[in-house]
Amino acid sequence: MRISNHWLGQWVDHGLSVEALGHRLTMAGLELDAIEPVGGSFSGVVVGRVLSVRPHPDADKLRVCLVDDGSGEPVSVVCGAPNVREGMRAPFAPVGAVLPNDFKLKKVKLRGVPSHGMLCSARELGLSEDHEGLMELPEDAPVGADLRGLLDLEDQVLEVDLTPNRADCLSMAGVAREVAALTGRPLTPVDPVPVPAASQEGVPVNLEAPADCPRYARRVIRGVDPQAQTPLWMRERLRRAGVRSLGPLVDVTNYVMLELGQPMHAFDLSALSGGIVVRRARPGERLTLLDGQSLTLDGEDLVIADQEKCLALAGIMGGRDSGVGDDTRDLLLESAHFSPTAIAGRARYHGLHTDSSHRFERGVDPDLPARALERATGLLCEIAGGTPGPAQVAETPEHLPVRSGIPFRSAQVGRLLGVDIPEAEMRGILERLGCVVDASQEAWQVTAPGYRFDLAIEADLIEEIARIHGYERLPAQVPAMVPRIDWLDEARVDLPRLRQVLTDLGYLEAVTFSFVDGELEDRLAPGVEPLRLANPLSSEMAVMRTTLWSGLLKAARHNLNRQQERVRLFETGLRFIPQGDDLKQEKMLAGILCGPLCPDQWAQETRGVDFFDMKGDVEAVLARAGLESRVRWQAFEDPALHPGQGAQLLLDGEAVGRAGALNPEIASALDIETPVYLFELRLEAVTRGRIPRFREQSRYPAIRRDLALVVEDSIPAARVLEVIHGLELPVLQEVKLFDVYAGKGVPEGCKSLALGLILQDLSSTLTDEAVDRMIQDIVERLQQEVGATLRA
Amino acid sequence: MESLSKVTEAALHAIRAAQDLRKLEDLRVHFLGKKGVITEQLKGLGGLPVEQRKQAGKTINEAKQLILRALEQRREVLEAEEREARLVQERLDVTLPGRRQEPGGLHPVTRTVERVQRLLGQFGFQVAEGPEVEDDYHNFEALNIPAHHPARAMHDTFYFDARTLLRTHTSPVQVRVMEDQAPPLRIIAPGRVYRCDSDLTHSPMFHQVEGLWVEEGVTFAHLRGILDHFLKAFFQQEDLQTRFRPSYFPFTEPSAEVDIQCVHCGGQGCRVCKHTGWLEVMGCGMVHPNVLVQVGIDADRYTGFAFGLGVERMAMLRYGVNDLRLFFDNDIRFLRQFA
Repeated sequence: MRISNHWLGQWVDHGLSVEALGHRLTMAGLELDAIEPVGGSFSGVVVGRVLSVRPHPDADKLRVCLVDDGSGEPVSVVCGAPNVREGMRAPFAPVGAVLPNDFKLKKVKLRGVPSHGMLCSARELGLSEDHEGLMELPEDAPVGADLRGLLDLEDQVLEVDLTPNRADCLSMAGVAREVAALTGRPLTPVDPVPVPAASQEGVPVNLEAPADCPRYARRVIRGVDPQAQTPLWMRERLRRAGVRSLGPLVDVTNYVMLELGQPMHAFDLSALSGGIVVRRARPGERLTLLDGQSLTLDGEDLVIADQEKCLALAGIMGGRDSGVGDDTRDLLLESAHFSPTAIAGRARYHGLHTDSSHRFERGVDPDLPARALERATGLLCEIAGGTPGPAQVAETPEHLPVRSGIPFRSAQVGRLLGVDIPEAEMRGILERLGCVVDASQEAWQVTAPGYRFDLAIEADLIEEIARIHGYERLPAQVPAMVPRIDWLDEARVDLPRLRQVLTDLGYLEAVTFSFVDGELEDRLAPGVEPLRLANPLSSEMAVMRTTLWSGLLKAARHNLNRQQERVRLFETGLRFIPQGDDLKQEKMLAGILCGPLCPDQWAQETRGVDFFDMKGDVEAVLARAGLESRVRWQAFEDPALHPGQGAQLLLDGEAVGRAGALNPEIASALDIETPVYLFELRLEAVTRGRIPRFREQSRYPAIRRDLALVVEDSIPAARVLEVIHGLELPVLQEVKLFDVYAGKGVPEGCKSLALGLILQDLSSTLTDEAVDRMIQDIVERLQQEVGATLRA
Repeated sequence: MESLSKVTEAALHAIRAAQDLRKLEDLRVHFLGKKGVITEQLKGLGGLPVEQRKQAGKTINEAKQLILRALEQRREVLEAEEREARLVQERLDVTLPGRRQEPGGLHPVTRTVERVQRLLGQFGFQVAEGPEVEDDYHNFEALNIPAHHPARAMHDTFYFDARTLLRTHTSPVQVRVMEDQAPPLRIIAPGRVYRCDSDLTHSPMFHQVEGLWVEEGVTFAHLRGILDHFLKAFFQQEDLQTRFRPSYFPFTEPSAEVDIQCVHCGGQGCRVCKHTGWLEVMGCGMVHPNVLVQVGIDADRYTGFAFGLGVERMAMLRYGVNDLRLFFDNDIRFLRQFA
């Protein structure tokens, strides 16, 4: 909402500087966004009259004009504006005047012809973006008059952000009401003078949807002058409010809306057949709007129609075929009340947003239509003449909004705000805001004014009291707290601790969008149909991720493309897996790594990361959660991963994650040339953790025996260890796999595994014989289960 | 015994002249070894008459002791020199960089959320979570934002279908907590939120932290007190000015926006605060009675307040980040600054 300070001053003499007023409004919930001058900073510019125009001897596009600037002696001015013509009045900057950006006018020669000043466009004066030609001033503008005075340019505009509840402030009248309540200064409203009917012509109206439109005022005006011009003062006020001047008929309806808050519409009377019908649209009914857009309507839309056709989308926008134009002489002015529920959502549904819909969907005072109609008639007849018919109002009173009393308990103010405000002050505030207060009972009855659609319950009134009393005067206080102890689940590992493991390992945390490229998603998880956004911003953000890898891959690529070759990123967040009609939103911890193992340094040779660097990092995370020994890695074919370098992680048999090298096909589709490793874990599972359980430790020495076993290549190392652990030898403390070898000395298709077995008994020193026996058992079992032999 | 004194003198001279431990050892062997000069002389004692033997033995032993002492002294000197030399040789250029991995670090959003959690945790706020793919009911209806409410225009919503959407704020977590638990309630809900808007100052995904306190006797004054303390602590500025300004959220009443004195210019007015001296950092208010009633909490018994903050906004102010989009580029050079 743009508020001209001078215009406001006519409604309420607030006595504040514009800055102080802005602050006051901000602190009352009408947030000041900016204070702007209403024109560029210039001086010395006057009303000039063009006495004659002749061609420039040496330039086709320039003219040499004689301009009367009121100083007595006409001056010669070179002008390039296409609209310059004899007799016109336009802003004139004589030599010595200063235009915006500190541009001082000097006497110059243009293509050999002296020019003693400059005729100006609106843009050159910082008044608008209009650069089509000279700014036309009215014929009665006094020649030589200072333009700043003529246009009242010492004014300023306050740009205020209004919250959706304060529709009552979407007009000068409303802002003035608010300012009067805030400052205690009297309101001096511009009350419309009723314009007597000069003819008896009316238009019948049928309210077929009375709940949507319970009141419809209208007036016929015939014989307006199509040549009439909008007066300068009105054009200036519209301009300050950010509304373009489009001729007196439209300007007057816009002006009344800005002044009083009532959106209006003017129909060309000649386009109407029979009376007006306010009804819901028929399904499939079509309407071409003023802006040329063609809509197909349905039963949710409220329309203004005549006996034959749909004329306008009620309260939103008029129709092209029934709107007023440059040659309109006879018109019908509409000033109606539309219920917010009838308008709300419909404009947005059709992709529209107009000043009218903005007001109606928030609520317009139902008592305004008749007053606004008088005001518009008066202004219109003053500007463009015409013969008004009688003001007619059709209404169904039972459908008009009723302001019932709101029960109000003054004690609730203190209960909610934590402050004592005297009852007299509360009452005074409510009354200043236009409420009627009946305080004869313990619970007051407060009736809000018709324009305050946002005051419906007690809490609304408490807010008003707080607002006018002043939030800055309300106390701040830390509540007394009853101490309580929250149980902590000791097993559960906090996510921050897991994050810490990864950051200590050199990972940086990424935050990537939850919606991703559908194509990449399909490559990573071809079997899964992801959840699709109905209104994505782009195809790159169209589906909800089913894995965090899609975002991390893009992030890795972003960095690789920017000479950052060493990438270690992790992310935590939800993945979204549709399951029939359901959706699983599951919190994941995922990571990506590629590039050299270490940063370049003098003291350490480096190499590219591999699968086991990644696995070691994942194991560190699992170890932090106390789960490392319970998680089994199992070869696993995953479309996202290299077919021979993918693993599924099983926690006590339950799938809790996957990890591996990025599938080379996907890497090349992403133009990633370096090997990339990925992991993804279900956070709920890996934060389960455990509570430590004490185990007796032996005081006797441990014995280590090393075994070199030869097994077929296809036997996973984990299988060998499983067999050993399967013997459940109580003295076997640990098995270390310290070497894997294939090549000379080992048969083709086999590998050698070197194991270190640590044995220790709780109650005695182990004898060599006992150890030998156990080793014998282990070797035999390995031979049976996995065909292992001892390496010669 | 002329020869002995000569031998002794020669030995002492040689010992003093010895330049390293090996040479010294050679000298020891030469004079005192099994076949050493002195040892031989001692062996020769047996050939002397008894009456001379004692005196001669004494003299030779004295010479031996003399040489031993000299050897010992010289050894200490040489050892010290050698130690010294080794230390010199072992000298390192301690300015060379250490052998290392690069440290990782948390995203500034997480860093900020964790800080907010730790600060508000001191007031007893517990973390709560909720789904990001939400239903219309929890995101809007239950928060007093019925269909077609103009406030919906402030939330450019991503939809999946008519009833399912990406949450536009963390406030639905409030509703879910109030549905599941009985007061007193004191929770904060950090998380991702989504709006269908993308430009210089808007990201289609960003983060909020929601706070909710429902208990008998909770007032607007408490809300001010809590947020005042929180903001001062967050910016570590004891004299940080804050102000509450009336605003509008359908699910709170009274509602307020919270401004802090511009942390960039100290309230003097600058580009960051659009020359107002103030920065808007939070929205808050007393929980609207309609919301309490909707979740079955007795609004005549309990009152509550709720607040919300934008995490990226707080991080930008705290760390001086000047472009919102940097948070989601995941550029290593950016992320490393917060490690």
